[in-house]
Formats: sequence, structure tokens, C-alpha cells
Amino acid sequence: MADPRTHRIRFWTSAVTVAAVLLAVLLVPPLVQLDEQAVDLSRKLLPPSWDHPFGTDDLGRDLLLRCVYGLRVSLLVGLVAALVATVIGTAVGAAAGALGGWADRTLMRLVDAFSSVPHLLLGIFVVALFRPGVWPVIVSVAVTHWLSTARIVRSEVLSLRTRPFVDAAVSGGSGRWRVAVRHLLPAVLPQAGLAAVLMVPHAMWHESALSFLGLGLPSHQASLGNLVQNARSSLLAGYWWPTLFPGLLLIVPTLAIAGLAGVWRDRLNPRRRSELML
Amino acid sequence: MLELDAVTAGYDRRAPVVRGASLTVAPGESVGLLGPSGCGKSTLARVAALLHRPDAGRLVLDGTEVRAWRHRAPRELRTAVGVVFQQPRTAADPRLTLADLVVEPLRATGRRAEADARLAELAPAVGLTPDLLVRRPHEVSDGQLQRACLARALTLRPRWLICDEMTAMLDASTTAALVAAVEAYRAETGAGLLAVGHDRVLLNRWCDRTVEWKDCLPAGK
Repeated sequence: MADPRTHRIRFWTSAVTVAAVLLAVLLVPPLVQLDEQAVDLSRKLLPPSWDHPFGTDDLGRDLLLRCVYGLRVSLLVGLVAALVATVIGTAVGAAAGALGGWADRTLMRLVDAFSSVPHLLLGIFVVALFRPGVWPVIVSVAVTHWLSTARIVRSEVLSLRTRPFVDAAVSGGSGRWRVAVRHLLPAVLPQAGLAAVLMVPHAMWHESALSFLGLGLPSHQASLGNLVQNARSSLLAGYWWPTLFPGLLLIVPTLAIAGLAGVWRDRLNPRRRSELML
Repeated sequence: MLELDAVTAGYDRRAPVVRGASLTVAPGESVGLLGPSGCGKSTLARVAALLHRPDAGRLVLDGTEVRAWRHRAPRELRTAVGVVFQQPRTAADPRLTLADLVVEPLRATGRRAEADARLAELAPAVGLTPDLLVRRPHEVSDGQLQRACLARALTLRPRWLICDEMTAMLDASTTAALVAAVEAYRAETGAGLLAVGHDRVLLNRWCDRTVEWKDCLPAGK
């Protein structure tokens, strides 16, 4: 178990990494005004240098620029998909827990039905319904990732709704809706928020997996999954940099976001808070 | 009249906690229900507060037989009974300030406009000072929180008050203050009281009559 010093190091390392990534994806594209899709075959597969810190790909495109654009798309997919999945999961979980009875049984069987299908397979089915683009990928990730949030929120609500403060609200004239919105939802939102943050890296990986399989974004559009996919043939020919840098940019930000989520989880747990003297 | 007639209730139908208990409280009367811990008196109090559906038996409130419990019960019937629970820590929403806690029933019943005036009446009546009203439950003591919980139970001016071991966790001076606040409210409104507890001395001094738990049950049970 991490001591307070390790906890602080983890927090600051994660926070600085996430801040650097956010600054890069928000500032680099408008500031440099370069076309990440500009092809220059005379410069193809150049190794990392001062001109091209990440090297160039097999079409002579600057990999640093493409990685930043790719990270931008992957982060957008991760954040929006995690947000949508959390909203769906919280609504379903809160409704199941607060209503109970047949509504709970019906909603949880729906969750079981979704869970019984491998979520990558379900995600592939969803993207296959649309033309390739960012939004089908977001929909695909969102509709396959709300299940765990629904379960977490339902179990929290089930535990809370038997507490005397809910009895007091019922006795004070609160209807089901008010009990849910005023007393139960605020109590489960920190857990749901944590689930959302933990879901962001997972959603980024899911986007990359779909793009790697050729089912996500159009192949010309920079995304981390597409970059890794396009670099496969180069890797076999001994050119390591088109695979390494997109791969690192997939791993490092996801670890940093997961690290921040871990710090948040520690703060939510009063026992851990006192151990860490937060 | 608050009439519990042959009530059987519990959390597992095969092993009810309360078996055939009967108890009557007349309007304006204060009745103490005395029994050892775990005998089922709190469960019976929850049935009387319309918070727990009994497996068998009847609850008649002011001549109306109650046929639905919790959210399913009509709001006017639910709010006719004010409840004070034993543990204020678990009975208070930790996110609300004491002021919000006290006026929450008015907001929940669409009478938001009356909130400030009612808070101004109730806070001094239960001994809550303005600096306490802006604090949240974790920032006050058990006694201060229980004062807020009592004020919340009185906010809608219920005709019946159920105090389920309201003073079990409190010191003598807070107990005296809370009992005095309840009695002042009853003197003003004529509300009936069911005080559940295991402190015989307190219940004997507080209530018009004290009923032993065993006397609520059918003979031989």
C-alpha cells in the first residue's frame, strides 16, 4: 500500500503528464498551423532527428504532428464516450436501485444481456451500422461501457436507500423522484465520477483497437490506433519509430489518467484519507 | 387515534420480529413503549410511521385504515406522523446543512415559501443557534444533530410524533432539552406521542402512560 510520499509523487507525476498532454493537444494544432496529412515521399521513414523528433512515416508525414492529432482524437473519443457511458450507467443503476422490484429485475437483466456479449464484438457491430467516423466510435464505446457503472451505482443506491436519512425523507413527504435526485444521486456521484475517469483510458484503448482493426476512424485520419496500424509493415522492415511513439502516447497518458483516478479513489475512502493524512 | 392492531412484521416472512403486537395512542396522549433491545419495538414504530409494511395486522390513523406504506402511502398520511430516529448520524443526509435538513420536508412538499419563517420558529425551540444552522452534520455533535432531527420531524406540524429511542445516545441535559421541546410542541398542537425506549425512569416521567412490550403481545407470546 502506498505511503503518503509515494501518493504525492503519483499525484504530481500523473497531473503533470495529463496537463502536458492536454496542453499539447489543445495548443499545438492551432499554433503550428501545419497539415498533419501533408505527404512528402522524399522524406519517408526518416529516423528521429531535430527536424522530426518522432521521425516520419512511410508517406513522409511528420510523426510528432500526427501523434498530437491522433492523441487529440483519441482523447476526444475517450472523454465523450466515458461521459456518455457514465450518464447512461448512472441513470440505469440509480433507476434500478431506487425503484427496486420488477424495474430493478428488468434493468439488471438488460445489463446481463449486454454483458453476455463480448463488448468488442458488440462495439464492432455498432460501428458497422454507420459510416466510419469519430461519432460512430464514440457511440460504439459508450453503449458497450455503461454496464459496470450501472452495477456500481445500483449497489450504492441499494445500500443507501435503507438508511434512516432516506426513511426521514420519505416520512417528510418526499416522493421517489425527490429521494433519488436530492438524496441518493448526490451520494453516488463521486463513485460515478471515479468510474468515468477510470473509463477514459479504457475508452481510448477501445478506440485504438477498433481503428487498429480497420473499423474505427478512416485510415487517413490520425488516431493512435490508425498510427499503430499503419506502422505495422514498417516495423517488420526494421523501422521502429512509427510504432514506438504512437504506442508510448497511448500508454503514458492512459497510465497518467488512471493514476489521477487512483488518487481520487483514495480521497473518497475515509480510511485511506486518514492513512495518507489528506 | 393511532391504532396498531395485531401487527406482525419483520424482515423475513418466515421469522417475523413482531408477532401480533397491538397498541393504541389517543389524540394528545403520550405513550411510552418500554422493552429490551432487539424485542421489535423499533420495527413496530416503523410500521406506525408508515415506513415498514407489516406482514399482517392493521394500522388505523385518525380513523383511516392504512393500506399502503412508504412512497405508496398518500403524502398527507405520511406527513401526519413525524419520526425521530435513534442515531442522528445515520438519520441526517451528510450533504445538507442543519438549516436545509430542518426545512427539507417543506421543500419536499412544495411549501418552500414557508421555509424561512418555520426555521425561525423551530431553531430556538430546539436550541439550535444560527452558527449551528450553517454547519453540516459532521461539524456538529450528536446532541446538536439530534436537535436538528427533532426540528425536522416537527417542521410539517404532524398530528403524531414517534420518538424511537431519541435520547439513547445523549447526555442528561440534552435529553431534558429535547423532551422539553417535544412537550412544548405537544402542548401547542395537541399531538399524540409514541416514545419508544428502554429507560423506564425517563418514560415514566415523560409519558402519560408506559406500556411494557410484553403487554403489547397476545397472551402467551
